[in-house]
Amino acid sequence: MANKLISEMRLPKSIANIFAARNITTAKDALSLTELELMKLLDVELSEVRSALALMSEIVCPPYQTALLLMEQRAATEHLGGHLPTRLKGLDAALCGGVPFGVVTELVGPPGTGKTQFCLKLSLLAALPAHYGGLDGGVIYIDVESTFSSRRMIEMGASSFPEIFHSKGMAQEMAGRILVLQPTSLSEFTESLEKIKVSLLQNQVKLLVIDSMEALVPGGHEQRAPGQHPLSWHISLITSLAEFSRIPIVVTNQVRPQSHDESCLYPFQVQKMDRILKDRTRYYSHIVAVLGFHWAHAVTIRLVLEAKSGQRFMNVEKSPTSPPLAFSFTINPSGISLLTDDGTEMVVPETCNLSSR
Amino acid sequence: MEVSKLPISATQRGKLISAGYTSLSSICSASSSDISRGTQTAWDMLQEEQESLARITTSCADLDNILGGGIGCREVTEIGGVPGIGKTQLGIQLAVNVQIPVEFGGLGGKAIYIDTEGSFMVERALQIAEACVEDMLEYNRFLRNDCQVKTQPKDILENIFYFRICSYTEQSAVINYLDKFVSEHKDVKVVIIDSIAFHFRHGFVDLALRTRVLSGIALKLMNLAKKFSLAVVLLNQVTTKYTEGSFQLCLALAMNVMHTLTSHLIFDQHQLHIQLLAEGSGIPHQEVKGSK
Repeated sequence: MANKLISEMRLPKSIANIFAARNITTAKDALSLTELELMKLLDVELSEVRSALALMSEIVCPPYQTALLLMEQRAATEHLGGHLPTRLKGLDAALCGGVPFGVVTELVGPPGTGKTQFCLKLSLLAALPAHYGGLDGGVIYIDVESTFSSRRMIEMGASSFPEIFHSKGMAQEMAGRILVLQPTSLSEFTESLEKIKVSLLQNQVKLLVIDSMEALVPGGHEQRAPGQHPLSWHISLITSLAEFSRIPIVVTNQVRPQSHDESCLYPFQVQKMDRILKDRTRYYSHIVAVLGFHWAHAVTIRLVLEAKSGQRFMNVEKSPTSPPLAFSFTINPSGISLLTDDGTEMVVPETCNLSSR
Repeated sequence: MEVSKLPISATQRGKLISAGYTSLSSICSASSSDISRGTQTAWDMLQEEQESLARITTSCADLDNILGGGIGCREVTEIGGVPGIGKTQLGIQLAVNVQIPVEFGGLGGKAIYIDTEGSFMVERALQIAEACVEDMLEYNRFLRNDCQVKTQPKDILENIFYFRICSYTEQSAVINYLDKFVSEHKDVKVVIIDSIAFHFRHGFVDLALRTRVLSGIALKLMNLAKKFSLAVVLLNQVTTKYTEGSFQLCLALAMNVMHTLTSHLIFDQHQLHIQLLAEGSGIPHQEVKGSK
């Protein structure tokens, strides 16, 4: 839309010629300048510039939809109104049906809490045929840290869906729908993303899993000068891939303990810093997700996994449809199961504090 | 004598010429009110201000109290905060609350929701719409009113006009197009942009140009708010800025320096900070402990 040619827009001849003469050929060129700049560049009256821009804007602007239409369309064409059920009743209820299509869901937690297990289970669920609650499609699993275990996945499948997995050839077919990529560098990851774009357009992939995102960042955990984050292009691409192909994208991330001098405050809080720091030791838990604010804004749902005093918890940390809820879970042969379907609501002080790097 | 030869500043000359006054005699024969077309008397402004008492409730009593009843029409309000704090939630809430009928104390208007990040969740909008209808029924029962609650959650969803914007070009285009759109849909009373900074943070090589384009956008939104008596709500992201020896949080792109914002709310985990930038409101910061 942004690259629409001005010549194809059927503006009045006179103004169209003037745009062409000044080498402004696409809508993007014209709309990137202010009205006064255009007026000076094209040497025409402000009113003419305004009417040309109004016409151009109307053409470039994407059509609107009412929220009702959006909902009805999704209910009609997508599985469960656009969700991949996780088969964890409490979690699915909190997420209005399951992992949503079209947005990025993040799994955060220290190593060993069960993120990869969850990803394996989700991949399996997406590959399953529709009458078993699956998406009946391909899955692309980007395994950065080589933690993917096909044996574990088949074990999960055989344990949760014995009737499918024990019938001949089904295990092979299900496993065959899951494509595992193991990029060893950021540039390989970039290439893979480009190729994924193509297969998504062909509509065969129903789930993308990236395990884990922060392992891709070169330089690891060193303090980086703020500026263009090395993954910002990838973040934008991933979110747009999710949206346009209407698939769920699940990404895992590690955490590291937070040190106090790295916490970020607003200017009006700086004066009260001492009091806040004291409060923080009391209130905020000491885990922090990496990748900074750009990523944090791009993610729609954040599930935080943690292990406290021998018990594992999955906290719905950021979700547009659910208050912060904590579910305790265990890992068993069939994957993950919740100990109880009612999550406990978390009080605000227990939620994680995000700090940028 | 030609206006172009008058010893006045170039901007003023330009304005006179574009208004059609090309010679000195034409200026002399016009009255001052003709030439100052586009300005208003103080009395007219007072009348307008009283009209703009219409406010959209945020469904949070504490927040409404601080804001003087809710988000005001004829104003541009910026709301910022860290990810996950509830900005989109508030945006969706406002898109529903603007539709509360006049009999129930609302504006009975429609909403435009401009989504730049894809964070609008239809399921959530349905939940909020259902809660709103329930509240209205409750209010009816409580007051034993005769006014019927005719609205259904689906009707509420039908009155939210949703634009999905994928680049800063489309963002500039939709803001230009809003003038025509709102003229055709006069009952739109709120325009929510979620979020204003997103597309401008990456991909703009010329930062000075970016500032100029954003100022242009901010001004257009202000004019839109005033022309159609509607509320414009800008949701914004946070980023970090290096000031006074440490990294501090600030709202992305510093829209408040565009001088067109009326109020500026920052959501923090424990507190809500409001910086009222309107002329005449003296309080620099107010802190409210609100619950999410």
